[in-house]
This record gives sequence, structure tokens and C-alpha cells, in this order.
Amino acid sequence: MSAQTTGLQLKAITKKFGSFVANDAVDLDVRPGEIHCLLGENGAGKSTLMNVLYGLYQPDGGEITIDGSRQHFANPKQAMAAGIGMVHQHFMLVDVFTVAENMILGREPGLVVDMKAARTRVQELSARYNLPVDPDATIEALPVGIQQRVEILKALANDAKFLIFDEPTAVLTPQEIDELMIVMQKLRDEGKGIVFITHKLREVRAIADRITVLRRGKIVGSAEPGASEAELAELMVGRAVDLSVDKAPARVGEVRLRVADLSVANPIGAVVVDSISFDVAGGEILCIAGVQGNGQSELADALLGNTPVVSGSINLDGADITHAKPRETILAGVGFVPEDRQHDGFIGSFTIAENLVLNRFDRPPFAKGLSLDLAAIHANAEQLRDEFDIRTPDVTNRGSSLSGGNAQKVVLARELSRELSLLIASQPTRGVYVGAIEFLHKRIVEERDKGTAVILVSTELEEVEALADRVLVMYRGKVVGIVASDTPRDVMGLMMAGIPYAEALAVSQADDASAGKDHS
Amino acid sequence: MTNHTVSPRPTFAGYLATRWRDWSVTASAVVLALVVGAVVMIVADAEVAANFAYLFTAPGLALGSAWAKVSTAYSALLLGAVGSPLALAQTTAAAAPLICAGLAVGLAFRAGLFNIGAQGQAIWGSILAAYVGFAVQLPPVIHLIVAVAAGVLGGAVWGGIVGWLKAKTGAHEVIVTIMMNYVANGLLAWLLSTALFMRPGRQDPISPEVHPTAAFPVILGQLHVGFFVALAAAGAVWWLLDRSTIGFAIRAVGANPNAASTSGMSAARTTIITMTIAGALAGLAGAQSALGASATGTPVPLTVGLVGTVGFDAITVALLGRSKPLGIVMAGLLFGGLSAGGLAMQSIAQTPLTLTMLLQALIVLFVAAPQLVSTLVPILKARTSRVAVAGGQA
Repeated sequence: MSAQTTGLQLKAITKKFGSFVANDAVDLDVRPGEIHCLLGENGAGKSTLMNVLYGLYQPDGGEITIDGSRQHFANPKQAMAAGIGMVHQHFMLVDVFTVAENMILGREPGLVVDMKAARTRVQELSARYNLPVDPDATIEALPVGIQQRVEILKALANDAKFLIFDEPTAVLTPQEIDELMIVMQKLRDEGKGIVFITHKLREVRAIADRITVLRRGKIVGSAEPGASEAELAELMVGRAVDLSVDKAPARVGEVRLRVADLSVANPIGAVVVDSISFDVAGGEILCIAGVQGNGQSELADALLGNTPVVSGSINLDGADITHAKPRETILAGVGFVPEDRQHDGFIGSFTIAENLVLNRFDRPPFAKGLSLDLAAIHANAEQLRDEFDIRTPDVTNRGSSLSGGNAQKVVLARELSRELSLLIASQPTRGVYVGAIEFLHKRIVEERDKGTAVILVSTELEEVEALADRVLVMYRGKVVGIVASDTPRDVMGLMMAGIPYAEALAVSQADDASAGKDHS
Repeated sequence: MTNHTVSPRPTFAGYLATRWRDWSVTASAVVLALVVGAVVMIVADAEVAANFAYLFTAPGLALGSAWAKVSTAYSALLLGAVGSPLALAQTTAAAAPLICAGLAVGLAFRAGLFNIGAQGQAIWGSILAAYVGFAVQLPPVIHLIVAVAAGVLGGAVWGGIVGWLKAKTGAHEVIVTIMMNYVANGLLAWLLSTALFMRPGRQDPISPEVHPTAAFPVILGQLHVGFFVALAAAGAVWWLLDRSTIGFAIRAVGANPNAASTSGMSAARTTIITMTIAGALAGLAGAQSALGASATGTPVPLTVGLVGTVGFDAITVALLGRSKPLGIVMAGLLFGGLSAGGLAMQSIAQTPLTLTMLLQALIVLFVAAPQLVSTLVPILKARTSRVAVAGGQA
């Protein structure tokens, strides 16, 4: 890196939560008049990094400089004073207040609120940046896109020189996204330095001047704005660590899970899984690959029965479980490792032993009638602790005392300690330290070899390569294709961007050919 | 049970430390409430307050009269609550419905539900228990059991409706229970104006007295069997929460509804079950009021104010008891003692009964604001930070 003195620089920022390293010596810089995209999957450490920059977290190492002078932000107020503005993903606005009232929120001068001045300020800023809003409109009455505009104006009201947009498009409609892009470009042309955080590849290509990719807390590379979606997808989902798993070829049995024309809608009613069909046989691992947010999570939830199915059918071992509740699918032998284990897989205030029987507590051997068999629950926990190498001094400790990797071992131990017909594991190694990953992978393969049908949802390409027998690539709720696990990465990357297999293969071979020509 | 090795367990020590803190915060809250109560007594008594004009010329007079006032009042309070077997009996009689209703609120808390409706559920408990008590003729023992069961059923239905509404329509239990309280109160007033409930020969809203066969048998003074029923209910709730599969689901849904539902538990079903059981417990509190001995030795007949404010006091009992059965029993006894002692304080020391209500309110206020207590009692603060450090290392 050159001895650059203008702009905002983060140098070797490290942030740890317990044993988990959320940011590992991350370097990032943004100059006035450019849009720097920070690209990465959920959990890659983007938000942690921005919270460090905004003074919400204190880094464990590294430094922040602005125009060459070193900064220390103990809180967001200091960051704001230094010229950093944040447009939050979840707007920090009071819904029942007007736009003008929200603008002066947190900096009410004196006792009397001067609404007239506030209103004038909104109009000034609106006019200056060409972001029209009605100062007297109530926030809750405005569409989401305009609410975001207010959030942007709020950041600008502090004379911010650097603006952070934290996943700003997650809540917007396509039209609103286009408008936001124009606004961001305008702000850049005004000389603002913009950090744009996202995991959507199209947006990055549309607007970025520079691209940096964050993965598992580390910068894994940077790309030119002209980079293709496939290149970006590949960079994002990884090539850095080689995770090889010793696994025998699959001894594929009979088909156990049949999914036909399955459609699932999200709570707002948008179709997120769009008439998908596939089969999984006993003894094979089907990986569902794709960039985050393309319907994988909803598909997994629908298979468990936690999200209602709009149309289509799910059939497990010949029984129809399309509309079965989680309790019924669990009884039918579905093991489920949720994507967000703290949120869906784990009760922090429960003991480790209780967490290990969360889905079996009301059946023998853990219950006799209505009574819990505490001795059996304890014995089960001690046995699983040894078998799954759960690092805890006592299984009666609270679940919240465990690190990410050990918590995940508890979830996996719970699911694998009973007879399964189908195992669905979503992002089983996210937020897990490298040592535990190998162990978790090994157990998943062992479960496959018992004849269980396994679905692994992963956004990490090397995990897909290491574990999959077949790969189903999803894009915008649809199946792009089901391919062999040794499909080249660049082809897989293209497929994750929505390009069908045959076309992707042709593009990739053409690229190889031209590369070959260059060499000769 | 399996042998636990007594190896060093850092978090077990932490667990003990947090328990120690709970108890000491509660104890400090009681002491602080008594101190504030004393100040209020001194300020409110014109004679004592007047002596403070001479604080610097005759400090003995001012301080002496203040001490006399406070010590007379508090010793009367103590005497009335635990000073004699009869006082203790009175305390248990006041505590019994508080414990039952406190369990109703505490159990719901554990499932993440805020049951403001113990009042309405207790009113239904008292209506049905009293009705069976005065309108039906049955042999001893059986009559009591049937009357209590009727009260429990009444509360269970009233609470179960709330659970069902929440599970099926998403209606918030706080709003629904508050409204159901009004409905129960109104229905009681109306029932007391009907021939079914009106005492023959009387025009005012009061029911006939319950038959002696339906009253809780008296053991000593006001100590009646109902108190032991309340203790048994606390034991049952402990078993339900800590030892049964139903309690496991209640605690899981209360702690993390998402994980509970991903693990196959039904939040809707658990909500209905919890509110039904909570209602049953509050109904038992109502039955205690309707069938338990009053100061005259026989139960008070059903009137509009029979259960008093037991459903609202129950919220403070559950808060003070931290929604744990043992804690609720202790809190119920404390408030029962304050209520019994308050009567003695009024008659012996001429201190108004409202002071005990002030004390109750202050205790809960201090308990609900542990931060405030640790600021006022610095030793607790030191302890907290040490616990935090230990937790950080673990």
C-alpha cells in the first residue's frame, strides 16, 4: 500500500469475541470521491468491522486514521464528529416522529425545540443533495426507500465526509435500489468517501470503484469493478483454506426424500422458493450451494415444517410430510441443524444437558410419563460430551458458557444421537473455529455412511467441494442445476450467478481457451 | 442420581455468587424499605416532626421521640406478624391466597407471559368455590374438595380463554387479561344481584355463608388447612417447572421461542397449557379467600370485594419471589406478615394501615431496581464486579 495520507484508513483491525476472531488484521481504506464495496457473506465480519469504525466496538488491535492522523472512537458521537456517517440497515428513526423531528433527534439544542429551524435544515439538505423529502411527513407513513433517504440525510446533517451504507438494499424494492444507486453516485461525485457493504453481486458490479472481499474475518482479496459476477461469487465463497475430508465414495441407496414442485413464500408473501424439485437418496450428501439469500434458508425451514409450503410436495421414506409440523418431521427422523444456532438451535439459559435433549425431552428414555428422568438426561449429556468432544467442565453449565464451535457440537450431537432418515445441516461450520470444522465435517460424513439422506446448505464453496456427492445450485429461489461435486469452481461460480450449467461450461471453456492462447 | 465429582467448577461458584446476590438484594430491599418507611412515619407525625425544630437545642427530644415512634410502630408490626402463635396463624391466612396467586403470575412469567389476569381468575375461583360452598349439601371432606375443585376449574377456564386467544389470534395477553378482569368483576357484581347468589331476606349484594363442611378446617386461630394446600401447590409448581416435560417446554418457550419451535415444541400449545394452569392456581387463591377462616373463625361470604386485590398483589409477590416457587412462598409469607402486622401496628401504634402498603411497594421497587440497591448498599456493588470478572474468565 502506498504512503497515502488522504482518506479514511483501517490498519490491521482485529476484533475478538472470546475465542472467536470476528476481524483478523483487516486493512481497508476509502478515499474521498470513491465507492468502496465491502463484499462478504453474512457472518464474514463486515458489520463487526463497521461497528469498530463507528465506535460501537473497541478493536483488540490495529488503528484507524483519517487524513493521516490517528483516531480513537470511544462511541459513535466521536466517530460522527470525525466525519463518519452511518446509514444503518435497520433505520434508527422514531416511527411516530416527523422527518424534521427525527433530524434533530439527539441534538436538541436547549429546552425549546425549534421546529422551524429543523424544517429549514431538512429543506436545505434535501435541496443540496437533491434528496426530496417532506419535512412534516411522519416516518411510518413514508415508504421504506424514503425512510432510508431520511437516514442518509441524518448522516449528512453531521457534515459527514465518509458514509457507511450497511446492507442498504436489503429492505428495498428493485426500483428503490436503482434510485439509491443514483444517490450514492451523486454523493461520490460530491466528494464523499463511501463504504458500501453488501452481499449482492449485481449491485457491486453496478456501482463499485473498488471491491474488497471479506471472508471468515479476513480480507481474502480485492477485485476490479469490471470483475464478473462469477469471479466475485468464487472469491466470496472461498478458495483460501483447503478443507479436505477423507470420505469414501457414496454408497447411494434408495431415494429417501422427494421434493416436487415445492414453492415457499416469505412472511411478506414474496415467493422465495420457486417450484423446486429434487431427490436425495440414503447414503449421499446433496449440497445446496448458492450465494446467501437465494432461498436456501427458506427451503430448509420448509423441509423441517417451520415455514408453510405454498404448493408442491415433500415426501420422506414414502410418507407425505408437506404440511407436517416440526414435531412430526422430527419424529419422522428429520435431524435439523439450523443456520443461526443461537437464534433457533440453542437455549442459552438452559444447561448443556437440557440443550442436548431439546427435541426428545418428552419421550423415553428421558421422560417417564410427564416426569423428566434427570439421571438419564445427565448420563446422555456425559456420553455425548465425550463422544463429540464438547469442551466444558460440567454438562450442568449453561449453554451460553460455550464457544461457537462447542455450541455447534452440542446442536450436532443432539441431532445425530438418534436414528435419522434425513439430516438437514445449514451452514454447520459458520462462526466455528477451524479445529472444530474438521470434526463436524467428519461426523456429517459418518451420518451419510449410516444410510441417512443428507442435505447440506452451504455458501462456502470449499465446504461444498469437500462434502458434497452432488451439488444443487440455487439462484433466486430456483434450481440452476444439479451437478457433480467435481464441477470446476468457475463453472459453479457462474451457476451461482444464475447461468445454467451448459452455458456456464461453455463460457468457462472459452475463457480457458483464450487463456491458453495468451500463454502460447 | 449420577455421582458428580467435586472437581473445581468455576461456574458453579458463579452460580452460588449470583444466588447470594439475589437474596442479599432482597434483604437489602426490605431493610431500605423499612428505613424509608421510618422516615415517612417521622415526617407524617406532626408531634414528632415538631420536635425536630429543636434538633440542635435539644437533640435528645427530637431523636428520642422519633425513635419512640418508629420503634413502637415496628415492634407492633413484628408482634402482629410473628409475635405469637395467633399472630403467626394470621400471617399464614393472609399468605395463603397470595402464594397461590403469586404462583399463577410466576408460572406465566416463566413461559414469557405476563399474566395480569390473576385478579379475574381469582374472582372466578371465589365465585364457584363459594357457590358450591353454600348452595350444595355434601358430606364433610368431599364438600371441601368439590368446592376447591370448582374454584380451580373456574380460574383455569378464565385463564385458559386468554391462552387460547393468544395462541389462536395473537391477542396480547396483557390487554386481554386486563379486560377479562373487568368482565369477571362485572359478572360477580351481576351474579350477586341474582336470586342464585343473593342471601334470602337481604337486598345488598352478599351471598349466604358457606356451609361449615365446605370451609377449610381451622387448626389454630386463622391457620387453616388452606395454607398447607398453598404450600403443596408451590411444591407442585416446582415439580412441574423443574421435573416435568410440561415445565421443560414452558421454560424453553419462555427462554427462546424460536429454538423451542425448531425443536418441535408448539408455542401455541404451551401458551394454552401455561395460562390454564396459571388460571387454576389463581382460582385456588380465590377458593382460599372464599373458604378460608376470617378473624371470626368462619369464611367471609361472597361479596364484590372478597378477593381484595390479590391478583395485583400477586404480581409483586411473583416479582419479589423471582418467579421461583420457593421465592414466591417466602414473598407470600413476607407480605402476609406485613398485612397481619399492619393491623396490629394500626391498633397498637396508631400507625395507618396504608404504611404497610407503602412498605410493600417500596420493597418491590427496590427489588426491581437492583442497580439502585447496589448504589445504596456499596458492598453489593463490589460483589457484583467480582462476579463479573469471574464470569469473564470462565
